[in-house]
Amino acid sequence: MRAEAIMTRDKPGFWQRVANRFAAEWRRSKTSYAFIAPFMILFTVFSVVPVLVSIALSFTYFNTLQPPQWVGIDNYIRLFLDDDIFLIAVKNTFIFAAVTGPLSYFLCFIMAWLINELQPKVRAVLTLLLYAPSISGNAYMIWLYMFSGDMYGYLNGLLLNWGIIDKPIQWLIDPEYMMPIVIIVTLWMSLGTSFLAFIAGLQGMDHTLFEAGAIDGVKNRWQELWYITLPSMREYLMFGAIVTITNSFAAAGQITALVGYPSTDYAVHTVMQHLQDYGGIRYEMGYASTIAVVLFFSMVGAQQIVQKLLAKLGN
Amino acid sequence: MKQTLYKKRINRSLVGDLGIFVFLGAGAAFTALPLVFAVSNAFKPLNELFLFPPQFFVRNPTLQNFADLFTLMGQSWIPMTRYISNSLLIIILGMAGNLFFGSLAAYALSKHDFFGKQTINALIVLSLMFAPAVLRIPNYLTIAFLGWIDTYWAVIVPAWSSTLGLYLLRNFMNAMVPIDLLESARLDGASEFCIYWNIVMPIVKPAWLTLIILTFQQLWGLTGGEYIYSESLKPLPYALDQIVKGGVARQGVGSAAALIMMIVPIIVFIINQSKIVETMSTSGIK
Repeated sequence: MRAEAIMTRDKPGFWQRVANRFAAEWRRSKTSYAFIAPFMILFTVFSVVPVLVSIALSFTYFNTLQPPQWVGIDNYIRLFLDDDIFLIAVKNTFIFAAVTGPLSYFLCFIMAWLINELQPKVRAVLTLLLYAPSISGNAYMIWLYMFSGDMYGYLNGLLLNWGIIDKPIQWLIDPEYMMPIVIIVTLWMSLGTSFLAFIAGLQGMDHTLFEAGAIDGVKNRWQELWYITLPSMREYLMFGAIVTITNSFAAAGQITALVGYPSTDYAVHTVMQHLQDYGGIRYEMGYASTIAVVLFFSMVGAQQIVQKLLAKLGN
Repeated sequence: MKQTLYKKRINRSLVGDLGIFVFLGAGAAFTALPLVFAVSNAFKPLNELFLFPPQFFVRNPTLQNFADLFTLMGQSWIPMTRYISNSLLIIILGMAGNLFFGSLAAYALSKHDFFGKQTINALIVLSLMFAPAVLRIPNYLTIAFLGWIDTYWAVIVPAWSSTLGLYLLRNFMNAMVPIDLLESARLDGASEFCIYWNIVMPIVKPAWLTLIILTFQQLWGLTGGEYIYSESLKPLPYALDQIVKGGVARQGVGSAAALIMMIVPIIVFIINQSKIVETMSTSGIK
């Protein structure tokens, strides 16, 4: 009996051990928990819980007026088997993201990198000019004049004058031209958040690295980019990648502004527009949440691929 | 001539430099279009504003649009200064909270080691990829539950929880702050808060200056939307919007208002970008 008592004292129960571990961890990391606490409370209340609620709603029929009704995976079945327009949206979003994602990412980086060597004043002016489409509200409006479908639109006027075409082209109504135009305008306004983050990252780089590299035989800017700059930019590149993925997978605003909603034959209809249609117009929040969940998993997939690629950088 | 444009480095070719300058210039001319258009529009008399297709450059510039805008602003039921101070309050509090709570958490998530850190870091990245459109109803219910409908808090507190800012700051801390520096500060007896405030934050200055630009832009555009009903609590963009929507003849006023809405973020942008430059010139001392 005595031996038993010693045994239990030496070997506390499972829950006791868990509690001890937590108490020790709490004593050790009190400061860290205090530092993250305010943000984590806000994050839980305004992000984690709403996301969990949305995931739960994706299994219901919810019209925002009556309480949600459980429908199991019906929404998912309907989305993939019955919703032809969703499948068009998936195809368009995939094409759109596959083109604008990598290109705008590359543009943001290359522009930030090239701008980095200029004198501060020249650089500040150029940064502002390149960032202008992101700072001036609905900047894409000027493209409506450019691609206006009558003979007074800038582009039609120009082409008619030069005799390249003999009647105006319906740039924003003809499905043949809509996707390229939407892509061009998106690339034009792509020097946004990632661009600024890359500039800040390049500014914070250790300049002695470049000098040491030059002495060690780095011959030109391209070698310097590959051997020195890119490997030390990994954290910024990951940030830029997340921003670019969300922007290209969730594109909707500029598309609606350019070609209207819905676009002719749903030629540039995207998943995000589909979501807004059900969430904001038809008030089928359950179905809209289903679309959000599917969109979420495709973004996570893209992010995983990019993360694997970035891990290979410079190795 | 060359010296005035950039700092010469040893392994650079002149042709490459010139090529890059031409390339950047061409890009900038293309992206600067909306700026040129907005400035030109604000000075157009009404008859030019209604031309179709719109002329890119103003022919007979006038200040009438601004004069009309200020007259209308003076006539508004609630004094304009009230809208402006509402906007300022929302922007300053929203930005300060976002920066402080975000950077404090980012420091712990970047440099400390504690139970649950990996999970939280993963959650933060994941949360960035969930479409905000479907979060509006749960968030509205939360804010209603907290009793914040029709108060400034309804727009300020959600701004504090911006994960993009935290993620930006955390990644910059990962990349820029050497762990040895923190260890030596700890040996000297510095408190964690002191390390965060006096060592980490100055090093990642480029990151939070950038974050200020992004947060400012986002908060500056807020109209209060579904959260703020009282006229006296509405921010400036809402007031300007009301004036502009007063009729088709308000087109000129609208273009002046659009320019004002654009100029303020541009000023913040220029100030912050020039501060990023300062960091670079002083960081050599480190």
